Formats: sequence, structure tokens, C-alpha cells
Amino acid sequence: MNLTLKIWRQKSTNDQGKIVEYKVTDISEDMSFLEMIDVLNYDLVEKGDDPVTFDHDCREGICGMCSMFINGEAHGPNRGVTTCQLHMRSFKDGETIYIEPWRSAGFPVIKDLMVDRGAFDRIQQAGGFISVNTSGRTLDANAIPVPKEDADKSFDAATCIGCGACVATCPNGSAMLFVSAKVSQYALLPQGQVERKERVLNMVKKMDEEGFGNCSNIGACEVQCPKGISLENIARMNREYLMASIKPEN
Amino acid sequence: MALNSRIPEGPLDQKWTKYKNSVKLVNPANKRSIEVIVVGTGLAGASAAASLAEMGYKVKALCFQDSPRRAHSIAAQGGINAAKNYMNDGDSTFRLFYDTIKGGDYRSREGNVHRLAEVSTNIIDQCVAQGVPFARDYGGLLDNRSFGGTQVSRTFYAKGQTGQQLLLGAYSAMSRQVGKGNITLLNRHEMLDIVIVDGKARGIIARNMVTGEIERHSAHAVALCTGGYGNVFFLSTNAMGSNVTAAWRAHRRGALFANPCFTQIHPTCIPVSGDHQSKLTLMSESLRNDGRIWVPKFKEDAEAIRAKKLRPVDLAEDRRDYYLERRYPAFGNLVPRDIASRAAKERCDEGFGVNSTGEAVYLDFSAAIVRYGKAEANVKGLHNASEAEIVAMGKKVVESKYGNLFQMYEQIVAENPYETPMMIYPAVHYTMGGLWVDYELMTTIPGCYACGEANFSDHGANRLGASALMQGLADGYFVLPYTIGNYLADEIRTGAISTNTPEFEEAEKNVRNQLESFFTTNGTKPVDYFHKKLGKIMWNMCGMARNKPGLEQAIADIRQLREDFYKNVKVPGSTKGMNPELEKAARVADFIELGELMCIDALDRNESCGGHFREEYQTEEGEALRDDEKYMYVAAWEFTGNPSEPKLNKEDLVYENIKVSARSYK
Ligand SMILES: Cc1cc2nc3c(=O)[nH]c(=O)nc-3n(C[C@H](O)[C@H](O)[C@H](O)COP(=O)(O)OP(=O)(O)OC[C@H]3O[C@@H](n4cnc5c(N)ncnc54)[C@H](O)[C@@H]3O)c2cc1C
Ligand code: SF4
Ligand code: FES
Repeated sequence: MNLTLKIWRQKSTNDQGKIVEYKVTDISEDMSFLEMIDVLNYDLVEKGDDPVTFDHDCREGICGMCSMFINGEAHGPNRGVTTCQLHMRSFKDGETIYIEPWRSAGFPVIKDLMVDRGAFDRIQQAGGFISVNTSGRTLDANAIPVPKEDADKSFDAATCIGCGACVATCPNGSAMLFVSAKVSQYALLPQGQVERKERVLNMVKKMDEEGFGNCSNIGACEVQCPKGISLENIARMNREYLMASIKPEN
Repeated sequence: MALNSRIPEGPLDQKWTKYKNSVKLVNPANKRSIEVIVVGTGLAGASAAASLAEMGYKVKALCFQDSPRRAHSIAAQGGINAAKNYMNDGDSTFRLFYDTIKGGDYRSREGNVHRLAEVSTNIIDQCVAQGVPFARDYGGLLDNRSFGGTQVSRTFYAKGQTGQQLLLGAYSAMSRQVGKGNITLLNRHEMLDIVIVDGKARGIIARNMVTGEIERHSAHAVALCTGGYGNVFFLSTNAMGSNVTAAWRAHRRGALFANPCFTQIHPTCIPVSGDHQSKLTLMSESLRNDGRIWVPKFKEDAEAIRAKKLRPVDLAEDRRDYYLERRYPAFGNLVPRDIASRAAKERCDEGFGVNSTGEAVYLDFSAAIVRYGKAEANVKGLHNASEAEIVAMGKKVVESKYGNLFQMYEQIVAENPYETPMMIYPAVHYTMGGLWVDYELMTTIPGCYACGEANFSDHGANRLGASALMQGLADGYFVLPYTIGNYLADEIRTGAISTNTPEFEEAEKNVRNQLESFFTTNGTKPVDYFHKKLGKIMWNMCGMARNKPGLEQAIADIRQLREDFYKNVKVPGSTKGMNPELEKAARVADFIELGELMCIDALDRNESCGGHFREEYQTEEGEALRDDEKYMYVAAWEFTGNPSEPKLNKEDLVYENIKVSARSYK
């Protein structure tokens, strides 16, 4: 199939940036969306033009690097998939496709479609861990049984890939879904109890400092999240936060 | 060069304990003034960085992605081995050790492998304490599954996302140390050279991929945890950015490269669909717990299926050939990967392949769905459940075990694997070869260590499933933190290392010259053109089956390709700022040199073992035929200045605790 692409081009963080139009031809339905961009880039390089810069690595929906806003939707039209898992069979011959980067105060553009998600790392550093040294001399792994339901829920929250689609989708640019997924993973496990309060307080504080917006319960993040991270996590984090705030340590 | 593996003396099961008891220590005050650079933040790198920082060293950690959490380890699916024997099925440290040596076709070191088996159980304890949500059973205890090449269930897992959960665990430990100021993170930084001063590794040259700046970083030791080199084949299950550059640049500066030709071709991957393809996707080995592999028994059926005149679900049971169960009754669908891959290739070469290219076999879950459905019905006391109800319940169970894998498959192939068997074919997956290291994980450059997939140490000629995650975390959490002290104890008086020296100057210039050279050619072809060409040469002549004339041809072709590359490659832009094409060019330059070395190594090894299958050396039944008299050694190659003339060094392998015999899975 043949397509018209309207792609956001921006040379650097401080550059203005603009949409530029490209044509690609002979695209097969079996190609992934990123393979379609590879075809475009190959042509651009051959012609001596600057190829489109974008983040990607695993190309199987797990590393969380790919991050394109396609026709106004984070990761494109399909639910439950990342940009790299999107295939061209989801588009029609002759279609025009708009491709833009994640846009949010928390994610400055580095170049073209590539943004800086360092804020997510910094939120994690503020409390997204259990303070246990890696000596290996801990309890036997089976010493504390964990109810299967809790373990499964914790796992579901932990499958967040840190892509940032939730932030990009949210009209407020809120990072609540991402942060609440991490908070929930630990809150649901016995191992996470000791630092339960500081964790949520520290992570939320950092989230606010990084310039992410407030949550006003719109719910767009859950819809666009490629991993189906549930709004339940946000509710849980709000409870955790409240509990931690009203009962100060001493 | 004389190779000393420095395996401690004494009985096998006491070597590591004795080593730990006698190793030199660095006191806490001194640790604070010692710097270590860890290149890579996958399982090996993240766990090493976290552990070293906890111990008090000053750590710098680099990765080329935008966050440590995105290292390729994140993509590992099926699980991690540990000799916990929670299933009470006869597992033990010795058995894990034995399975690993045998699975590796008797080409790995006893001492290293036993240590790996010993620390395996600590890994699981550690990860649970960190909040890694492993799968559990209804009693709340940890669940296990089986992987290939073993007859016990020792694989811990988190659905099909085990690597993700383990890496996020290591990343969280690392984040904690970043927060405390003990680790400096250098994301989007690529190491392009290692700096050697007075014979010791003293730092690296890295490129800031956002600004394009070339930076000097000094340290008292450097640990390369930079992953495997499967992308030399262009198409592999590795992430797009996985590369050999860090290891190769260390090789060029004196680190020996061991067994480069030992690559693992994984039997269950989604088949290639066309030339546009940028990577291949794995379908985890754990699926072989429940999936049965087959092709049609008769050629006319295979032809009808290829022509889409016959649906696989309509083919009668007695017209199917479950060839693994037929050839290897004792292990069935769970034979090791090299054996399963060759068996699939054999069937497809004979004309029984089932997709339009003729290169695919079926992995079928229908029997498992019924089996699980019946079990569920029993548990729920539904003794009159209809067939449809049983199938529906069975699908739920399969979904809970492998849901994300089935979804991945459906996205790529546009077929529903709950309804029709998956089509799979072998693809390049893992590299057993890597930088040569001794028992302490030190390369032949003093002060330069290699951990995880980047080293060669534990898997011989074939790695067993779920053992790479185990090795990565073992190296980073439990081995390197001890062994590096033995070296650093002599560095406490060194003081801060200046980057303002001729050695750093020379290394930086070396990097600049290479990068700038890509812009002085008047080339016309993008980097991918050359990478794909290299991949084809490697896959066709140094892939699942190899032979002398093919390898000689491959070497000639690669030399030609290298020349062509330097003359005709076209890299847009400049060395300044973000430039992904430049990054690729530097990586492909190294892949081309490595590709040649792999072929030279494969040509030199006149035997078949594990994943290295030389067609000239096989039994009548088509199994790998080793030559222990002549080849029971590690081939450790030395860079001589000319990539076409590497020098071979041998480390003889000695088996004192295991009887070496022909591998049999029948
Ligand atoms: C799809 C897939 C599934 C798998 N499933 C399993 C499984 O179920 N069980 C199992 O045991 N094994 C599995 N494996 C194998 C296993 O995942 C890997 O062998 C292992 O994760 C490698 O870890 P590592 O830490 O050595 O390297 P990686 O995770 O590859 O990390 C490499 C790191 O090095 C960095 N790096 C590389 N070069 C440079 C450079 N020049 N400069 C700076 N940084 C650099 C990267 O940024 C990255 O951080 C799987 C592999 C694949 C491909
Ligand atoms: S919550 Fe979902 S959308 Fe947000 S970062 Fe995690 S995976 Fe991405
Ligand atoms: S490239 Fe890894 S999730 Fe898309």
C-alpha cells in the first residue's frame, strides 16, 4: 500500500519543530509500523536527508522505548499494543497518518519523535524499591507464603513498561498511572510493607516536583495503556497516600 | 599467551566457599575512594552496579538506552533456573551442575558451572525479598515449570515476563543506590573504547548519544556487562540495539574472545515473513511444556497445507509426525535447543514445512487445552462438563500461563493460536561465546571484567533454557562483588585516576578518527544494507549447519563486504548531536570483524558440539559428533592487528567430577 506520512520534525529540544510530509510506497500489510518507518528512513538516507529519529529497541512490546503519537493516539489506533507491535494491516491504502512525539511538560523532546523520560527514573529513585541489600542472605523464598490473588495483582501492576503513554494521553499530563502501578506492586506484597508509607509519600512528592499534572479521574490513561494497567491502582495509591499522610511516623 | 583459569584447588563443592574465605578484602573506608565503571544495565550490569554500590564503591553505570530498565534482559520471557527442589522431584545443586555441563555438550568449565548452581538458590531468595512477583500456586508458594534438557521442574517464572520482572528488581536495587548518590547513571551513553594504562584497564571512552560529545571516564576497574552479539546475523530475537562493540573494542585492546562460533539458534520463534523484517520474535521455550511440535507425516498433506487447501486442525492425528517425541522419547518436546532446532530444519529441508516459505513447523496447544480443561472441571466438581466447556476452561488456564506470548503471536501473524497451531521456526537467539574470563570473571586485560552474556564462561557449546537469567544475576549479585575485591585490594593506594594522560588522549583520538571516517567516504548505501548482507552470509554459512567449503566462502565474502562497507557506506549528518545512523555504522563495523572471526573459529573446530554443527561430523542418526581427543578446549582468540589473522590460544578443559560421554536424550 501507499501512504502519506505527516511527521513531527524537530532538530533539538529548543528548536520550534514542524510537521513535514513524506510519501512511502509498497508497504506490506505484514510490516510493523516501525518497519514502515525503517523503509522511509532508508530512502531518506539514500537521498542524503536526515532520517526520522525515534526511540525503539526490543520491538516486541516489552522494553517501553517506542513512543509514537499516531493519528492523535498514544501507540496508535489499537488497544493493548505498543507502537512496535502495531502492524500495517491496521491501516488502509492511501491513508494519511499523523505521527508525533509524546507531548508533556514532563517529557521534553530531544529530537523528532524522541523524548526525555528521565523523570520516570528519578521517581523510581525516590522510593520505587524495597531497601534490602543484595547479599543473598535473606529469608528463604518460600518462608512467607503470598496469597495467589495478591501475587497476581502485584504482578499485573508490575507489568508496566514505563513507556509514558499514560502521561502523553492525559490532558493534565499526569503520571499517576505509572506511579501507582509501582506503588501497588509493593503495597500488595508482604515484603513491601515496611516502607509502605515513605514509599508513597516520596514517590508522589517527586512526581509533583517533576512537573506532572494532577489526576482528575478522566481515565484516558487506562484506555491507552498498552499493558492494561488498571485505574484500580490509582485508587489504591490514593488510599495509600491518605493513610500515610494522616498517620505521621511519630 | 598462557591462559590460567585460576580455578581454586580442592573438591568441587568447596572451591567457591574456600575462595570466598581466602579472598582479599577492601575495607570500607578504602572502598569510598575506589571507582568502578559498569558498562551495561541488563541483569548482569544492574545487579553488579547495585551490589558494588551497596558495598561502598563509587560506581558509574552506562547504557545506550534512555533508561537502565530498558536493557535487553527485559525481553526474557520464560523463566530462571534454581536448584531449590521445591517440587521435591530430585533436584539438587549437583543435578543442575550436571545438566548444565551435559547440555553444553562438555565444553564448559566444571568450577564455574558448579559455582553457578550453588548460588542459584540465593538468587530466588534475593529476588523475592526485592518484591519480584513470581508466579505462585494456590497455597501461596512459588510455582515452577520445566525447561529443555532437564527432567525436573526448576524454572521460576512470572508469566511470560520473567526477564522484565527480574530486571525491574535489579533496576530498583540500582535506583536505590542512585538515589543515595552511590551510582552515577549515564543513560544514552555508548562505550566506544577501553583505556589501558600500564597494562591495566583504567577507564573508557564513551559517546554521549544526545550531544555527540566524546567523554573520558576513569576508574580502578571496568566491568563489561554488555550482552550478546546475536545481531551479527542481522535477524535475531535480540533487541535492535544489542551489539558487540564494547566487547569487541576490548578484544582489539587485548581481551581474548572465546568460542565465538558457539551461537544458539532457538527452535521456537515466529518464522521470517519477508525482506522487510527487522527482527524476529521468540516464543518462549516454556511453551514446549504444553505445546506439541509436529509436521505432516506425508508430503502431499504438507503441500496441501502450504497451498492453504488444508487446515492443520483438520489433519487426522495419524497423519501427523510428532518428530521430537518420535526421535527422543525420553525428553520428547523438551530436548535441548540445538537438537530441537536441527530436527525442525531437517524436517523442513525434507519438504515437510508448513508455511508458504516451507520453513515452519507447528507448535500445537490443543491437547494441553483439553488436558487443563479437564483438570479444571475436576477441581470445580463439574463432572458433566461438555467438550466446549472443557475447551473454554482449558483456554483460560493456557491464557493465565502464556497469555502475553499468545497475544504477541497474534499481533505479528494475525492468527489466533488458541484456535490453530502456532507456526514456528528456529532463529538466532543467544551467544555462548564471548570475552574469555577466568574464575574471577576477569578478562585477559587486568582490571577488565566481563559478566552476563558478554562472557563465555558457563554454557559451553549450548545453553539450557532459563540459565542466562540465572547466570546474569549470579555474576552481578554474587560473584563479581567478591572477586573484584581481590583485585581492588591492591588498588587502595592508587588514588584518583587522571583522564589527562597520553593513554586517554590516544584512545579518544582513536574513537574520533573512526567516527569521522564515516563522513569522508562518498558512499551511497545505508548501514542496514551492509548489515543485512552480513546477516545473510552468517545465517547461510555459519548458522544451524556449517561445512568447510561454506565457511571458506563466508570468510572470503566477509572480507569483500568489509572493503565495500568502508568505501560505500553512507552516514548522514555529522558526529555532533543525536545520530542513530552513526551509532549503527560503528556497531556494524565491529560486527563485520566479529563475523569473520566466528567463521574462522567454526572452520578451525573440526567437530560438532552443541550449537556448532559441522555437517562433516555427525553420527549416522544425524546427531552432533564430538572429537574430545582433539577439541576438548576453549578456543580463545587473540587480536593481532589484522582481523583476518587472529591467533588461537587454547584452554584445555578438565573434567574431574563428571564422566564425559556422548550426549543422549533418547
Ligand atoms: C527474547 C529473549 C527471551 C529470552 N528469554 C530468556 C529466558 O526466559 N530465560 C533465560 O534464562 N534467558 C533468556 N534469554 C536470554 C537472556 O535474556 C540474556 O542472555 C540476558 O538477559 C543477557 O543479560 P545481560 O545483562 O548479559 O545483557 P543485556 O540485558 O543485553 O544488557 C546489555 C546492557 O549493555 C548495554 N550496552 C551494550 N553495549 C554498550 C556500550 N557499548 N556502551 C554502553 N552500554 C552498552 C545495554 O545498554 C544494556 O544495558 C532471552 C533472550 C531473548 C532475546
Ligand atoms: S502505566 Fe501503561 S501507559 Fe503508563 S507507563 Fe506504564 S505501561 Fe506505559
Ligand atoms: S520497542 Fe520495545 S516496547 Fe516497543
